[in-house]
Amino acid sequence: MSTEVKTKESLFSKKNQQLLKDPFNDNNPITVQVLGICSALAITVKLEPAIVMSLSVMFVLSVGNVIISLIRNLIPNRIRIIVQLVVVASLVILVDQFLKAFAYDVSKQLSVFVGLIITNCIIMGRFEAFALGNGPWKAFLDGVGNSIGYGVILIAVAFVRELLGSGQLLGAQIIPLSWYIDMDKGTGFYANNGFFLFPPMALIVVGMIIWAQRAKNTKLIEEN
Amino acid sequence: MNVNSNAYTYTFATVMVVLVAVLLAGASLGLKSKQENNVKQEKMQSILASVGVKVDRSEAQAAYDEVIKEVLTIRGGEVVSTDREIGFNVDMAGAIKAENMDREVPMYVANKGGENYYIIPLRGKGLWGPVWGFVSLESDGNTVVGANFGHKSETPGLGAEITTPMFTDQFPGKKISEAGLFQSISVVKQGTSTGDYMVDGISGGTITSNGVNDMLADCLAPYAEYFKNI
Repeated sequence: MSTEVKTKESLFSKKNQQLLKDPFNDNNPITVQVLGICSALAITVKLEPAIVMSLSVMFVLSVGNVIISLIRNLIPNRIRIIVQLVVVASLVILVDQFLKAFAYDVSKQLSVFVGLIITNCIIMGRFEAFALGNGPWKAFLDGVGNSIGYGVILIAVAFVRELLGSGQLLGAQIIPLSWYIDMDKGTGFYANNGFFLFPPMALIVVGMIIWAQRAKNTKLIEEN
Repeated sequence: MNVNSNAYTYTFATVMVVLVAVLLAGASLGLKSKQENNVKQEKMQSILASVGVKVDRSEAQAAYDEVIKEVLTIRGGEVVSTDREIGFNVDMAGAIKAENMDREVPMYVANKGGENYYIIPLRGKGLWGPVWGFVSLESDGNTVVGANFGHKSETPGLGAEITTPMFTDQFPGKKISEAGLFQSISVVKQGTSTGDYMVDGISGGTITSNGVNDMLADCLAPYAEYFKNI
């Protein structure tokens, strides 16, 4: 029997703050847990879809975490994965329907990527690992924290890829047009690196971020 | 209560499925008219954009009614209907399943600044899903005034570039027929286009570019037949 006296924890106690901050660095879903790589490859060609994707994941993950956490004691253990899947899928469909009705332009931008949220393993991972065992407020913070950790990497990768691959940021030309090689006039010295438009380059950029992060934060390095 | 008993598991699953079904069906029904209206307005926007009339989505209906004078439905070069609603509501996805001369497809006749323009809808296949667009012709039924394209799920930065001005700005001034003989406009490898019947494709978006190429050849043909007759 536990003799512990239950004290009311403040909303932003040290432990709760940790839930928000941890995924940002020590426990980043992409660079440390290496989850959600699929969407990091697929939608980081341009900055804008990456930002919209990050926001949508933040909504689905934090709301989903709260729902799962609220019904965590009612979910039969044997079908819990199915229940999680149903929660993610319905949230994603609802988001999609509302965007189509009220923010049609955003929904056109996201097109197939809304559906991709369902397959994002960060979401199922957080439901399974956190929301099933913690209260709604903590689950909410965990959801927000993890989606920020995910979004930061996504936006960083998209920034590099759009700048080097298309010479643009958010669709605006950044590299001066006069720099580009013009065969007819024989001027210029610059060409976009088309390789950055392809998914393998996203993996290489993510790899470099992981490298930099581990060089700085040595406790992430596993001992063999 | 034992949450792991069979009876409970079945009950939980059933209740969950029914709740979710009601929720999603309700959302779908409740938002349907708004969504369809958005799609319709966007279609009007694209039709108008192909003759250089740029309007906000909210004003699309009014501008459409003002600029589009006639909507003809054409089959194998013959006009089969002049009803505006029938033409506008033709389902291009279904129509392109038939041979191109057997299709009933719409043509929008626009009047802008006293000039008549013909607007032709296109639909075809890209790499991941359908691509579509509108091409507008001058009153000679041959010279292109403008074109715009849309797609469902082409890759951003590659195939999806067909919607950008970099691609569509190549179309004005191109021609679809030479001395009454239908030529179409070919989408060729980037940097190799010459003359009135070619435009540059998207490098890295070859399959989408080829899709646009096939779509132009396939969808423009029945109209070229119509223009030959008038």
